[in-house]
Amino acid sequence: MYTPHTKKDKEEMLKTIGAASFEELVKQVPAKFLWPKINLPAESLDEAQAAARMAGLAAKNCRPLSFLGAGAYERYTPAAVKAITSRTEFLTAYTPYQPEASQGTLQAIYEFQSTVSALYAMDCANASMYDGASSFAEAVRATVRVTGRKKIVYSAGVNPQYMDTLKTYFAHSPEYTYVKVPMNNGVMDQAALPALLEGAACLAVQTPNFLGLIEDMNGVADLVKKAGALLVAAADPVSLGILAAPGEYGADFAVGEGQSLGLPLAYGGPYLGLFSCKKEHVRQMPGRITGLTKDKDGKRGFVLTLQAREQHIRRDKAASNICSNEALCALAATVYSALYGPEGLKELAEANAGAAAYTAERLSSIKGCSLKFKGPFFNEFVLSVPGKAAALREKALARGVDIGLPLAPLFPELGETLLVCATETKTEADILKLEAAIKEAI
Amino acid sequence: MNCAPAIDNRLSIEKSDPGRRGLWCKNPLRAKASIPAALRRKSALRLPELSEFDVVRHYTRLSRLNFSVDTHFYPLGSCTMKYNPRFNEEAAALEGFAALHPLAHDSSAQGTLELIHDLSARLVELCGLDAITLQPAAGAHSEFTGLLLAKAYFEAKGENRTEIVCPDSAHGTNPATASMMGFNTVNLASKPDGRLDVEELKKHIGPKTAVLMLTIPNTLGIFESNIEAIAKAVHDAGALFYMDGANLNALIGMVKPGDFGVDLMHLNFHKTFSTPHGGGGPGAGAIVCSKQLAPFLPVPLVKKSGSGYVSDFGDGRSIGKVKAFFGNTGVLVRAYAYMLAHTPEEFADIARCAIINANYVRSRLLDIYPSYSKEYCMHECVLTPGADMTGKGLRTLDVAKGLLDRGFHAPTIYFPTIVHEAIMIEPTETESKATLDEFVAAMRDVHDSGMADPQALKDAPHTMPVKRLDEVQAARQPNLHW
Repeated sequence: MYTPHTKKDKEEMLKTIGAASFEELVKQVPAKFLWPKINLPAESLDEAQAAARMAGLAAKNCRPLSFLGAGAYERYTPAAVKAITSRTEFLTAYTPYQPEASQGTLQAIYEFQSTVSALYAMDCANASMYDGASSFAEAVRATVRVTGRKKIVYSAGVNPQYMDTLKTYFAHSPEYTYVKVPMNNGVMDQAALPALLEGAACLAVQTPNFLGLIEDMNGVADLVKKAGALLVAAADPVSLGILAAPGEYGADFAVGEGQSLGLPLAYGGPYLGLFSCKKEHVRQMPGRITGLTKDKDGKRGFVLTLQAREQHIRRDKAASNICSNEALCALAATVYSALYGPEGLKELAEANAGAAAYTAERLSSIKGCSLKFKGPFFNEFVLSVPGKAAALREKALARGVDIGLPLAPLFPELGETLLVCATETKTEADILKLEAAIKEAI
Repeated sequence: MNCAPAIDNRLSIEKSDPGRRGLWCKNPLRAKASIPAALRRKSALRLPELSEFDVVRHYTRLSRLNFSVDTHFYPLGSCTMKYNPRFNEEAAALEGFAALHPLAHDSSAQGTLELIHDLSARLVELCGLDAITLQPAAGAHSEFTGLLLAKAYFEAKGENRTEIVCPDSAHGTNPATASMMGFNTVNLASKPDGRLDVEELKKHIGPKTAVLMLTIPNTLGIFESNIEAIAKAVHDAGALFYMDGANLNALIGMVKPGDFGVDLMHLNFHKTFSTPHGGGGPGAGAIVCSKQLAPFLPVPLVKKSGSGYVSDFGDGRSIGKVKAFFGNTGVLVRAYAYMLAHTPEEFADIARCAIINANYVRSRLLDIYPSYSKEYCMHECVLTPGADMTGKGLRTLDVAKGLLDRGFHAPTIYFPTIVHEAIMIEPTETESKATLDEFVAAMRDVHDSGMADPQALKDAPHTMPVKRLDEVQAARQPNLHW
């Protein structure tokens, strides 16, 4: 319980208010609804008891050596990131509605927008969305608004959860159509693009794609432009330490899952939606945006800007209904990027690519296992396995290793396969342990 | 952009020096990477090059430019800026919760699944409803989820309903969500006492109405006393009654919304359940609903199975996913920690203290800051500058800035929009009488010194890191990154 008033405080305050009792203050609530029976435990826990309960629950989550990726990546969170995000001046502030009293949050958001713009090589970015899936859906919505078209073309390698979320966002409008670009060796079949793009609002691509493969984006933007459509690119931000950035290959909107920038996995959130675009679409960006300006003495300062797009001003005409965002996660990602810097991010990206390459090398040497696709991949890949992938996973879990995500429920056409991911957190010893676990399970 | 050196407010990139390093990644497996040149990044990555200490000092300095709940009273109306218990943070940081991959096998996630299951059951009970999803990432995202449920519900019944009704005092997210979902919004003018006009409602509700969205208590801090008549009108029209639960702090433990006839409602964990606002997020939301809507909830849900818990993907009637993975589970862990600290009676004390605090502030300011409403308020009150102040050209914005100079965060201003020059004050239940007394003194001092020297108040703030900022220039020539 965190209320401060003593009985005496309450009495004094009621007296000042001029109310004989608390009941008098809530006369506007029909009496029949007041004080219902609530069937919750009659005893609450003190902090020590609660700590024991929470520790007990946390301990029930097993922590196998995990090679899961598929849109959420195991990262080391640097101590300095935790130190900054636990500063309660950041933690317990709200959306910076009073800019003079919020310059810390505002400048941090401006630096976040700058970080995202730099990573994706785009002109501008917003102050964050809920997660990669909601960023993706909002970017596609923006292309529909800009082009006035309702055909959405997407590559088969887009994260299925992103597509599910997008379809939910458009659930009210049966007139939207979704056209999948078929897969060829695990990547988008570019030869199919010209015909499919006719009359499309956008081409939405993810690279590295859901199966880990890197799409060759050279020339894709030209095809998209020729069709009068816009290019939406989803990319893992850490991969951009070494891989071509969306701005380099001509994306109009670029989005990503910011969890990758050092945020804890936390069973799915809070994560961080990265959203960036070309200058000409700045007013199509949903959510909060911070701009640099001057105060009346000419001193540099920061404010929320372009608010005419937003729900609290435009109500039913707003670009999106988003209000709360993921500002604290954005701060964490900004600090993470500043700590590693351009060289560190390159090293991180290389460590991901190297760890995954080594894992693929080891696992494909197991009898009956092979790489499903030959193309270059970043930090995850599809492994064909003998027997049921789901059963192998459960067997290996019993030995303390999560060998990856069975793909059959999502991509039945790939047969019995696992999506195996290795990030920079994995060592050679871990990978050998994985190899042994799979061998034993087979 | 303009990178003019200014010692005090340089950006991180302006402190950068080529070759300086903070952290390294030395994993020897790097050597195994072989990405073809054609797929590689060619442009430079323009991030700052700083030492770890540079970074820590830079952001520590920034943190000190903020007002926050821990450092300042923050009576931001409708935002419920209450104390965020430290214990919640410690619980969420436990490795068992923080390191769990969202695609972990159910057998690896029993602790989190149990937590979600128990949190769900307790919230359903507090709201007096039947079922819940914890997947939405925030309040507005919950509204979106709620309207999707309504849509699926009517589709299943073969009814085509295209309108959402909400009062003009609604949060902006209500009409924005309705329009995002392809609904038309019907706005109802509030009665002079700030309440919904039931006769007006009856005129505007009918076979086209899908949902009435109503904030309870409303944004004026008033309870809809004719709630039964409202619910009856909605149900007579075959529509659903949605409660925007942003202001649940006023009611928790004191009433159960399900008892009023609410069919579905949302919760904001970052308001009622004490999780921190983080400078704008993350939040987490929930939709709590009645049995009839339960089959359409987003999946997965969690159900008990034997001695354990499993993800439940429903029977195919679900609206699908509103977010990748499960939801903002890290925020839910905090909310659960808060839940453990409260019995029903202790929850009721939250509502009781929130209401006493708001009325206390209101009653001590009424003589100089008139209230829109003439009756007692619930958890927040809406005041305005008096005629003496407006006579001197002093506005709500000036009051807000004057408060900053006196060490208080400003209330929500110019909202709800139906009140001219609104000052919306929500003290929350965690503030002591002593703090409220100091705030009242500051509000009175703003008034008195404003009357004595109006220009000084119009120029406020004087003591903040910056003075009033040029928002017009920011919007005309957007400078959005370094």
